[in-house]
Amino acid sequence: MTAKKDKKDRVLSVRDLNISFETASGTVRAIRGVRMDLFRGETIAIVGESGSGKSVTVKTIMGIMANNGKIESGRIDYTFTNEKGERETVDLTKLSQKEIRYRFNGKHIAMVFQDPMTSLDPTMIIGKQIMEGMILHEKLSKAAAKERAIDLLRKVGIENPEKRFHEYPHQLSGGMRQRVVIAIALACNPDILICDEPTTALDVTIQAKILELIKELQRETGVSVIYITHDLGVVAKVADYVDVMYAGRIVEKGSIDEIFYDPRHPYTWGLLASMPDTDTNSKRLFAIPGTPPNLLEKIDGDAFAPRNPFALAIDYKTEPPMFNVGGQHRVASWLCDPRAPKVEMPDQLKERMEKMRKENEGI
Amino acid sequence: MTQTEAREPLLHVENLKQHFRINRNYTTKAVDGISFDIYPGETYGLVGESGSGKSTTGRALIRLYTPTAGKIIFDGRDISGNMKPEDEEYLRTNMQMIFQDPMACLNPRKKVKEIIAQGLEIHHMYKDQADLDEKVNTILEKVGLSREHATRYPQQFSGGQRQRIGIARALVLNPKLVIADEAISALDVSIQAQVVNLMKDLQDELGTTYLFIAHDLSMVKYISDRIGVMHLGHLVETGTTDEIFKNPVHPYTKSLLSAIPKPNPRVEKSRIALTYDKKKEGVDYTAGTAHQLTETHQVLATDEEFERWIKDTSY
Ligand SMILES: Nc1ncnc2c1ncn2[C@@H]1O[C@H](COP(=O)(O)OP(=O)(O)OP(=O)(O)O)[C@@H](O)[C@H]1O
Ligand SMILES: Nc1ncnc2c1ncn2[C@@H]1O[C@H](COP(=O)(O)OP(=O)(O)OP(=O)(O)O)[C@@H](O)[C@H]1O
Ligand SMILES: [Mg+2]
Ligand SMILES: [Mg+2]
Repeated sequence: MTAKKDKKDRVLSVRDLNISFETASGTVRAIRGVRMDLFRGETIAIVGESGSGKSVTVKTIMGIMANNGKIESGRIDYTFTNEKGERETVDLTKLSQKEIRYRFNGKHIAMVFQDPMTSLDPTMIIGKQIMEGMILHEKLSKAAAKERAIDLLRKVGIENPEKRFHEYPHQLSGGMRQRVVIAIALACNPDILICDEPTTALDVTIQAKILELIKELQRETGVSVIYITHDLGVVAKVADYVDVMYAGRIVEKGSIDEIFYDPRHPYTWGLLASMPDTDTNSKRLFAIPGTPPNLLEKIDGDAFAPRNPFALAIDYKTEPPMFNVGGQHRVASWLCDPRAPKVEMPDQLKERMEKMRKENEGI
Repeated sequence: MTQTEAREPLLHVENLKQHFRINRNYTTKAVDGISFDIYPGETYGLVGESGSGKSTTGRALIRLYTPTAGKIIFDGRDISGNMKPEDEEYLRTNMQMIFQDPMACLNPRKKVKEIIAQGLEIHHMYKDQADLDEKVNTILEKVGLSREHATRYPQQFSGGQRQRIGIARALVLNPKLVIADEAISALDVSIQAQVVNLMKDLQDELGTTYLFIAHDLSMVKYISDRIGVMHLGHLVETGTTDEIFKNPVHPYTKSLLSAIPKPNPRVEKSRIALTYDKKKEGVDYTAGTAHQLTETHQVLATDEEFERWIKDTSY
């Protein structure tokens, strides 16, 4: 298994990343030992509750850190082909924000941010904003960059791109702005594309179009993609691998099939069970009971324990290690320890699994 | 007659138009003559593709714009033209909007508790400081945030937490009508469930009415009593949630429904959704008129289209 994995080109390797923020009420320990790998041409999806640390993790890869934030420890190794055509690996946590921006952003690593308005310049027409990177990094002429920008606008599903080219961000709808940000990210053919909730405001048809466009780009250029999304339908459509985050840690990871058809962590169960289903008629949605832990306080044991109906005594004392449950599948839960009592996933989820199995027979 | 017709609508919208002039020879007709009613205590879902005019409709209703044409009656008061001062005050306290782009409307220099308290302060809706703090803390907890969060600034939150600040700010005033524009789309499913359940609880308790703007049909289906489908500035179909999901008539509605993603990787990776092209279908929205299928179900069509579209439905 590992031998096969080593043959693939690793572009990104995150090890033991710890990040904290200073606030008026104390230190927020937002990222607590994240480990993650990304290989060339692959797509991983990071899923997890709001506030679990998804955006902070990927922003660190982009060299973006709030001024009250600090990388306590860990490394982010990025491997790329440099100007001389050689393979080079750098630890991004050792570089200054400026250096990362200057050397890598846009050109090597591009990101679609969660809040489109914050990454658009309200005083500049959108066409110019798409052209900027192409002129700077790809050394395209103005005319060529304009043509490409209009083509990109069309590809992200914006009608009348020639007219829209001259409009300002506030003249566009929310979903159009989101698509402009996507066009900017795609403009320079990056090695790594990070999409933080890229399609949250998009209707399903346009969403499908964007996801298809990114896939196509992946086939053409081998770009590796990290998706952050809470939309499990999107995950199902695009991801090869899934990382499930909870309270600043990755608690379960595996191939898409392992996570969707054989989830093992009780948090993942809750997450899958709370998906609204167009066939359900129940009057209340399933929500994981309780609230996420207060990251201002030191967490003993498994952070999910207080909300976990299956928690064991040890969960309150010792943080679980990553158990290897076969294949690519890793789970940080004491329930996967061979000594643990055997528990079953909730009935509601079991039903859903059964339904999926039936649907799959038809394919 | 039916119950719905016996009741007075909380919001009555008639032939609302909102146009934007881009330059001398180009005007965007963002909303181009839509009519609908929303009854007290119900949730009206507004869906449609990106750019179809949903946010513009919401912003026109709460009077961030001056409508190009049409009539808006809110709780018996005409709020479409120049408003009387008392009608404006009534609108500002009884109608609230949760905006699509949370960061764009949260002042980065204000602490969260100040942001949430602002509305209460302006409209003098609290007894004393203790009461104000209590109200802020209660609503924070209801949207799944904690007291410790009250002293932070908006940029120190995750995307979903920020969206909840916007929700808290709107709900703390106990408005009669809440326009929720993609209010839960940046939230993970579990928090979505929590917020939706909260909105439903408020509805049961206080009779709050919602205009719920979203592109996520599975959530819309879950939360709405009735649904309006928008496309290119027109309301192409409206009906009860059941009618829209079980008996869609307009080809655009059908294509929307066919594209709902399923959380099943093997199905998703092999599916093809219906596509809808207005030009190819030869549909001209301005030529269509409202055709009534039931008392609640209505579709925008010409007579000829109407005959054609209802053939393969149960009507
Ligand atoms: N500048 C900051 N100061 C203090 N706390 C912060 C700051 N930035 C982020 N946090 C906290 O760090 C945690 C992780 O935030 P992050 O933005 O990574 O969440 P997320 O997983 O992307 O959530 P969402 O799905 O809501 O976007 C959150 O609890 C957030 O409140
Ligand atoms: N202030 C404005 N000036 C000019 N055009 C505008 C303005 N606001 C909106 N528009 C245009 O009106 C149309 C409808 O926009 P609106 O924001 O209402 O769409 P929406 O249905 O909310 O879409 P989304 O789902 O993407 O948020 C778009 O073509 C948009 O470009
Ligand atoms: Mg985020
Ligand atoms: Mg909108």
